[in-house]
Amino acid sequence: MSDPLRFLGVTKSFPRGHGRVEALRDLDFALSPGRITGLLGPDGAGKTTLMRLAAGLLWPDQGEVQVLGLDTRREASRIQAQIGYMPQRFGLYEDLTVQENLDLHAGLQGLSEVTRRERQQALLTLTALGPFGKRRAGALSGGMKQKLGLACALLRAPRVLLLDEPTVGVDPIARRELWRIIEQLKQEGATVLMSTAYFDEAERCDEIVLLHGGQVLGRDTPAAFRAPLEGRTYLVQEEALGRRKLQDRLQQRPQIQDARILAQGVRVLTADARPHPEGAEEWRAVGATFEDAFVARLGEATSARPVIAAPSPAAAAPPPIDSIIEVHELRRFFGDFEAVAGIGFEVKKGQVFGLLGANGAGKTTTFRMLCGLLPASSGTLRVAGVDMRHARAAARARIGYVSQRFSLYGNLSGAQNLAFFSSAYGLRGGKRRERLAWAIDEFQLGEYRDTNADDLPLGIKQRLALACALLHEPPILFLDEPTSGVDPLARREFWQRVNSLAQSGVTVLITTHFMDEAEYCDQLVLMSLGEVLAHGSPQDIRASARDEAHPDPSMDDAFIRLIEAHERQMRRAS
Amino acid sequence: MNAQRVKHLIRKEFIQIVRDPSAIAIAFVMPVLLLFLFGYGVSLDAKHVPVAVVVDHPTADTSAFVGGLQQSPYFTPTLYPSIHAARQALMQRRAAGILWLRSDFSRKLAQGASAPVAAEVNGVDANNARIVEGYLEGMWQNWLARRAVDQASSRAFPIRADPRIWFNPALRSRDYLVPGLIAVIMTLIGALLTALVVAREWERGTMEALMATPATMGEIIVGKLVPYFLMGIGGMLLSVALAVWLFTVPLVGSFWVMLLLSALFLLAALGMGLLISSAARNQFAAAQIAIIVTFLPAFILSGFIFDIRSMPVPIRLLTHLIAARYFVAILQTIFLAGDIWPILLKNGLALGLMAVFFLGVTALRSKKRLD
Amino acid sequence: MWTRIWALVVKEFLALLRDKKSRVVLIGPPLIQLLVFGYAATFDLNHIPYAVYNEDQGQAARELLAGFRGSANFQQVATLAANRQIAPIINDERALFVIHIGPHFDRDLLLHRSAPVQVIVDGRDSNTASVALNYVNSILLGFDRRWAAEHHWGVPPARMVVRAWFNPNLLSRWFIVPGIVALLMLVVTLLVTGLSVAREREQGTFDQLLVTPMTPAEILAGKALPGLITGALEGAFIAVMAVLWFKVPFVASVLPLAIGMLLFLLAAIGVGLMISSLAVTQQQGLLGAFLFLVPSIILSGFATPIGNMPVIVQELTYANPMRYFLVIVRGVFLEGDTLANLWPQYWPLALIAFLSMTAAAWLFRHRMA
Repeated sequence: MSDPLRFLGVTKSFPRGHGRVEALRDLDFALSPGRITGLLGPDGAGKTTLMRLAAGLLWPDQGEVQVLGLDTRREASRIQAQIGYMPQRFGLYEDLTVQENLDLHAGLQGLSEVTRRERQQALLTLTALGPFGKRRAGALSGGMKQKLGLACALLRAPRVLLLDEPTVGVDPIARRELWRIIEQLKQEGATVLMSTAYFDEAERCDEIVLLHGGQVLGRDTPAAFRAPLEGRTYLVQEEALGRRKLQDRLQQRPQIQDARILAQGVRVLTADARPHPEGAEEWRAVGATFEDAFVARLGEATSARPVIAAPSPAAAAPPPIDSIIEVHELRRFFGDFEAVAGIGFEVKKGQVFGLLGANGAGKTTTFRMLCGLLPASSGTLRVAGVDMRHARAAARARIGYVSQRFSLYGNLSGAQNLAFFSSAYGLRGGKRRERLAWAIDEFQLGEYRDTNADDLPLGIKQRLALACALLHEPPILFLDEPTSGVDPLARREFWQRVNSLAQSGVTVLITTHFMDEAEYCDQLVLMSLGEVLAHGSPQDIRASARDEAHPDPSMDDAFIRLIEAHERQMRRAS
Repeated sequence: MNAQRVKHLIRKEFIQIVRDPSAIAIAFVMPVLLLFLFGYGVSLDAKHVPVAVVVDHPTADTSAFVGGLQQSPYFTPTLYPSIHAARQALMQRRAAGILWLRSDFSRKLAQGASAPVAAEVNGVDANNARIVEGYLEGMWQNWLARRAVDQASSRAFPIRADPRIWFNPALRSRDYLVPGLIAVIMTLIGALLTALVVAREWERGTMEALMATPATMGEIIVGKLVPYFLMGIGGMLLSVALAVWLFTVPLVGSFWVMLLLSALFLLAALGMGLLISSAARNQFAAAQIAIIVTFLPAFILSGFIFDIRSMPVPIRLLTHLIAARYFVAILQTIFLAGDIWPILLKNGLALGLMAVFFLGVTALRSKKRLD
Repeated sequence: MWTRIWALVVKEFLALLRDKKSRVVLIGPPLIQLLVFGYAATFDLNHIPYAVYNEDQGQAARELLAGFRGSANFQQVATLAANRQIAPIINDERALFVIHIGPHFDRDLLLHRSAPVQVIVDGRDSNTASVALNYVNSILLGFDRRWAAEHHWGVPPARMVVRAWFNPNLLSRWFIVPGIVALLMLVVTLLVTGLSVAREREQGTFDQLLVTPMTPAEILAGKALPGLITGALEGAFIAVMAVLWFKVPFVASVLPLAIGMLLFLLAAIGVGLMISSLAVTQQQGLLGAFLFLVPSIILSGFATPIGNMPVIVQELTYANPMRYFLVIVRGVFLEGDTLANLWPQYWPLALIAFLSMTAAAWLFRHRMA
């Protein structure tokens, strides 16, 4: 039997500006049948191009792509009848119902009436979408959309399944369900190729292809990736010192390749297989994970690891109050729908404060009210000592805001975006020049000065957006899902910046649906259906989900248990 | 072509149309609105033209002359005491023309020495001025004829012009403007309906999902074309019904011939929309191009209001690229003159060629690939 | 405050001009349209095809037909030999009209009897038909006058002398080309402003703008200036082209025109920004701009006089900024209007500008997606 998917010396480039950019270079590899292969790599590594080549939607410039022994150039339609492909943006018709979307794809796949009904029944059960058959796809939550997209790709029981980041932007519950479906398919004998940004998902794959700069950097089982790192990973604790300060200190040392905050302390990857305790630090050896391997491998590939400079000069001194943000009984209605249902919390100066929740939990609505973009229906809302219901303009000068999609002017260059926002915030003269120079330097934007924002990789865009929001040295920074879609390396670099900002006294409010990122926050609010489910430090929240069966729950577990408990409660109440 | 797949694609498109009222608005509300607005708003027939009348020395003869003006439905005369005041009124746009009988009018008339009548019109709107001028001269000639009868003199003009106006004897401008309007409106609708739908699929990522299925590009295009074609025909029928029953434009030719040729035109217009849409790949650019290449050219270069025969040669050649031009000729002929085959065949053939061209290029351009 | 507005203006221009496509859209179509429409949009008749069916070989008939051949408006395409040839040539639009001279034309004239000339006209395009009839009439009248003088028919008791003010030769180009100035200014301004807010809303940058200390008035100014500058530049250019290229006279002074342009642009920008801040998506913005544009052009007096419209429609046109500006441009180009003359046109424009801009500024913050 032929390989399910084989790349033979494939090169693919795209025109950009006057030249061409190579997305994939001389790629050679084959998938093993009946296995789940994870495709990992930083942004711009060529993951999506690879997926599209495999689906026959792009033709290679050189080389050959074979799917089930068929060449994608000559026999695309025969291939497309045998594979399932789920693009990154679900590809659902949002104004069609769940059932209509399934019917359309069944019709396009040429299923007979009988198989269609059987297959749809099976998939609706598998995805638990049965009760939502009549709902429009546009009205589904992000996780449900992904499941529906997957169901559409699975109608014909494909022999090869191509999934492009199927779990991005999906909450832990939906991710867990998606994985159940994928594993069931594997048992049915399908070959799965999926790209992902989650390391815990990578661990569950049978095999991993690590892509970097359009080339395969490594291809092995997760265990084999981890093996060379055994003995190089430690958990460091120091009672007297906060995790953030500790991480900061550890990162300065040349022997330490990587340091990231975990629930219990700081996790360290050393360059040599030795602990380097200093002072009162307590080092404990722990098992290596794929994330360590990823960082190590890419660290070798990209020679220079960005060094985050010491905290920027003290931000403009905030008014001497302890609570810089106060929210009480905040409500917001959209028509009859209560998007935010009487929530309340306080944020202290210099904290990193996280807003967690699934899509549609009311995070973004809360956020927009805090920034003064949306008036509250009722309740009190004080930001930097100013009542946001009355004096929004006064508060606006003291906040920085980075929106979900890193809203930059796409056809303006990096430097022009910075120049515009500096003036929009009223900077001028020497001060303006100084801040612009600071932004370029601090965020390493030098080489992207003249590139249009639209053409920047997502990670750089994120940096640029953050730089724009910090030009006027705001004491409060609002970050709305700043890491969604950004690759793992850029994410951790981003968090280092946030940490150093917090240390310099800037208060940071952040929403995220990456549960591991919740660990970086000092305080958390977990939201669901417009209400606050839990409030406290990451440890508190994890502790609240602890029972005999789960003595040491992860943030994922805590999230799932709290939401499930809440939904049970809601159901009982109704 | 796989019938089942096409059927499903068409069904999907129809569900989307029903769910998204904007397509229905474009196909049915827009023609009604535009026809109403323009059918009533656009007219070249000057009526109740305000005319300033100055009579320096009123006599029975001058009253007889001015009387003709007062009875005419074309004029609303106002008496002014002096030519100065009348000219003031003309400057201030209160009057569109002046009729001036000087003090010696009656005297010269009595002497048989050809009394002068001075008429002055505001020439800014040249077309309107020419029409007003024509009306005034007509009134003068009527007066002459009446006077000849009254005085039993045979001093008529040597030539008796005997105009026979075919197809539209009353020269009602609405009768020719409304069929032209239908053509302009259908051009807009055809392009807007399709220009956005393919671009929308690209933008929302659904095109990528469609391409990864076994559906061929031809099937996808047919799946787009059929629903909007039917909607376009619906809009067309609605417009024709309005033209006939509301604007009382006579429909001399055959309804079925018109329907057939409208179908050809719609294919060309939808084909152009699809081409724009698949070339632009985003709704914004598609709509911008659609508006630039449809509305103003259809308005000015189609012969709907400005006669193509009077344009300079290069521009006349250019008008051949505009589908609306052929459709305007077809509709004006079928509505007012009947099934005149040489014209219908010639223009129908041109529309057919355009439809084949646009749909063909769209089909050729649409590879089932993303780059 | 000025720094912020200036920054926004610079940003808007960069956003407009850095993109090749939008540069082309902004500059190409107006120029092409000016040239094409300037030549195409005319009500004057040139080289209109006609046919002759002459059954009389006499001197008078030949003399009459010579008058038609000498006219630049007409072009003889056929000589018919039988009555049955008339219908096909008109039906197929090969000739707009046929002049039919009967067999006794000469004899009648020599006997001092009124001789009939039949003119069969294609009335499908009623405007062309009536204009053509006017031309035919004046050629016939010219022949009449000459014949009457030469053959002692005496003079008619009264003669009418028509003089056209401002446009003595009644050239429609003088009327249409200044109208194109208004037309293209409106289109360009709407293209620049009609989508600017909607696009930022869709891309999320409008939120980013709203969290800066900028006030709605500053955003309004920053958004309006680029439209004003592009509109004014293109307007001025087209006006110069109208004079230099199309040879339209420019009677009055520049100031009344400049003030009119300014007010018209402000009104158009106000409407554009209002549409654009009402719209949540670019598509809605575009549809809105379009639904405003089409009636504005048709009901402005650009091609057909407002005076011919039913009263209700005429009242509707008072809300149309283009209506006022058309009077201003034509008044300045052809009639020599002064500031005082044009006051009735200025203040409604200013009012529309004020109302629409206020609405737009309010909508910036109160329209939530």
